[in-house]
Amino acid sequence: MNKILILFVHPRFEKSKTNRTLLKNIEQREGITLNDLYEHYPDFNIDVNRERELLLANQIIIWQHPFYMYSAPALLKQWIDLVLEYGWAHGRGGDFLKNKIIFNALTSGGTRESYCADGYNRFTIPEFLLPFRQTACLCKMIYLPPFAVQGTHLLTDDALHGHAAIYRLLLERLAKGEFDIEAINNYVYLNDWLVQDAGLVKP
Amino acid sequence: MISAFLHDALIYLAAAVFFVPIAKKLGMGSVLGYLFAGMIIGPFFLGFIGEEGKDIMHFAEFGVVLMLFLIGLELEPANFWRMRNLIIGTGSIQLCGTALLLFAVFLAVGFGWRAALACGLALAMSSTAIALQTLREKGLTGTEAGRSSFAVLLFQDISVIPILAILPLLAVAAIQAPASEHNTLFAEMPGWAQTITLIAAVGLVIVIGRFVLVPFLRFIARLHLRELFTAAALLIVIGTADLMMLVGLSPALGTFLAGVVLANSEFRHELESDIEPFKGILLGLFFIAVGASINFNLIISKPLTVIALVFCIICIKALVLGLTGRLVRLSFDQNLLFTLGLAQVGEFAFVLFSFIHQLNILSAEWTDMMMGVTAISMTITPPLLLINEKFILPHFGVKEKEVKEADQIDTHHPVIIAGFGYFGSTIGRFLRANGIQATILDNDSDRVDLLRKMGFKVFYGDATRVDILKSAGAEEAKILIAAIGSPDINYDLVKKIKNLFPHLDVIVRAKSPLDAYELMDIGVQDIYREYIDASVRLGVAVLTKLGFRKYSALRAGQKFIKYDQVALQQLARHRHDLSTYIFNTREQIQLQEKLLTKDLESSPNVHDHAWDSDLFVDKFADDKRNPQ
Repeated sequence: MNKILILFVHPRFEKSKTNRTLLKNIEQREGITLNDLYEHYPDFNIDVNRERELLLANQIIIWQHPFYMYSAPALLKQWIDLVLEYGWAHGRGGDFLKNKIIFNALTSGGTRESYCADGYNRFTIPEFLLPFRQTACLCKMIYLPPFAVQGTHLLTDDALHGHAAIYRLLLERLAKGEFDIEAINNYVYLNDWLVQDAGLVKP
Repeated sequence: MISAFLHDALIYLAAAVFFVPIAKKLGMGSVLGYLFAGMIIGPFFLGFIGEEGKDIMHFAEFGVVLMLFLIGLELEPANFWRMRNLIIGTGSIQLCGTALLLFAVFLAVGFGWRAALACGLALAMSSTAIALQTLREKGLTGTEAGRSSFAVLLFQDISVIPILAILPLLAVAAIQAPASEHNTLFAEMPGWAQTITLIAAVGLVIVIGRFVLVPFLRFIARLHLRELFTAAALLIVIGTADLMMLVGLSPALGTFLAGVVLANSEFRHELESDIEPFKGILLGLFFIAVGASINFNLIISKPLTVIALVFCIICIKALVLGLTGRLVRLSFDQNLLFTLGLAQVGEFAFVLFSFIHQLNILSAEWTDMMMGVTAISMTITPPLLLINEKFILPHFGVKEKEVKEADQIDTHHPVIIAGFGYFGSTIGRFLRANGIQATILDNDSDRVDLLRKMGFKVFYGDATRVDILKSAGAEEAKILIAAIGSPDINYDLVKKIKNLFPHLDVIVRAKSPLDAYELMDIGVQDIYREYIDASVRLGVAVLTKLGFRKYSALRAGQKFIKYDQVALQQLARHRHDLSTYIFNTREQIQLQEKLLTKDLESSPNVHDHAWDSDLFVDKFADDKRNPQ
């Protein structure tokens, strides 16, 4: 069993139907730790030691956040700056996160189609996520493609529940180790890998 | 001799230690406990103390002297001046009104006019000791009733001197040689010289206080011998009292003056904490002596006379007090408290009656009777206040409206705030601004009235009373905020809640680290020390003014608060290793010292290297030299 740590970063969780649906009852699953950063550090005063202990105790780390202005909410940047420090996460002696798996699980208002060279947002999601990818690489971690629930404003309840089911499945497979990193890396989104691999209907 | 003393001390202390906790547990307050203790060990019941009770009374009156010194200390001249209208207004109305009414009554029952006037004046006194002690225990000193009571009592205490001066004029025969102990300088002088002596003595106290005592205390303080400072404090009080006795004035008044003079000095708090324990014990002793001096034989032999007298005097005093309260526009509840709190005859009456007797104005039998009546009326006060609190106010007071308003199926708020001073009201306002309604408990009826008008749901009364907690919805609420100003009352409340309403989430305001420790000992998790946030925020502002970047200063503040919390918890665990009996204030200092040492050992901000690139410039340089 791989243990999973969800670093959840949302300044207005109570207003986010999508994220509430994605995370519903998630804590009750064995081997999953939900670390609600805005709840723990409303004053941005991150307890670095606590965070490091959590990272060490888990093999798979998920940055789950809404996609604000093509990036994550401010507290996740604060977390990255403070926790992933030179000498611990990277640089000399910074091997503590080596070979752990990490990826972004994001929600965005814009649809997937709007994130392309011809689209309204002009760049793809993986392009916008480059800083996260390189941070993971710097820390010698394995960075997977993102899991994304997009066009959230237009989602029907059924579609939303479909996405939530895929997310559950993803967590389950990751926990059980039922995945092949090389195969996964052929996909742009983790969603696509799961739909294809498990033969699901796209929500 | 010494064994007799030890024996007496043993009886008094044992009685106090036995009865006062029982009285406290029964919710009667310590004064009643002492009085009962006195009655039980007195000549009528157990007879442990007999006639020497009277001597003890003289000794214990020194407790009253100490109390007046402390009252003076708390009363800075500026404060005193601000209250002058209240003091003179309410005081003179109460004193003159009561004295005149009693004068008329005594005339009517056949006293001579001299005796009637003397008795009227003596009986107009109320008991500072009982009234203030009771008000303080109930946390009511800050209310309107508390202030008015204080003003009246102060006026009475001051007017003892002119009364003592007037009484000789009432003497039947041309001044009989008074008993030798009263053969003072004062009494032998002609009238004009007495006045001059009086003014001179008061002036002397003020001048010495200003120009001799303060430098003297500074000198003593520099020696850093705590017990010497205590000795010096006692010396000041006893010296002043002695000087006053020498010129024939009331020692209580003299020490009161000395207290007022020293109130402005930097030693005010130190003097207070030094004298406080002596005052407490002696005042307790005084109450015991009062209880013991009650002549039950007299009551049994002339029950009707005694009962009628007590009843009449209390009624007349209450009547005048009630009218005075109306005049200064006290609300109904406050007025009731004021009226019943001061309706007894005070300790100065003992002094006045024995003087009256010496002047042959009143017969020995009547003097005894009056002293008995005085003691009984003092004993009745705490039960009267208890009855007022438990039975009268709930039906007629501020609370009544609430009972009517509150339906059986009342919606209960999830939060209860006990204590609505600045601290509690800020919480209440904040919660209300965020749409959370709270039920409020407060014992200041004026404030309760105001809050009701502002639309708050307020219960009036002592928050530590179970029935009030229940009617405020303690059984249905989720959170109780204990925000009462007095740490002791707050602690009582928390303890009760833990026992009786264990489901309630208790969040507590603490004044000092020591309060916090006591709360931790009974398992409270959410403790908010009222000073910590404000002082750290102020500290952050200082750093900023000194040129720190604001965010760095803010982070330093955040880290410090976190660290302080941990340090407090660690010290709490080791607290019981310390010697168990240390003076309260000294324990504070020791704690402060420990906290400061801990700061030095693990400076909370040294390890903040977030975003600090300087820190690894060297390491990078190192990397270049030895590429991996």
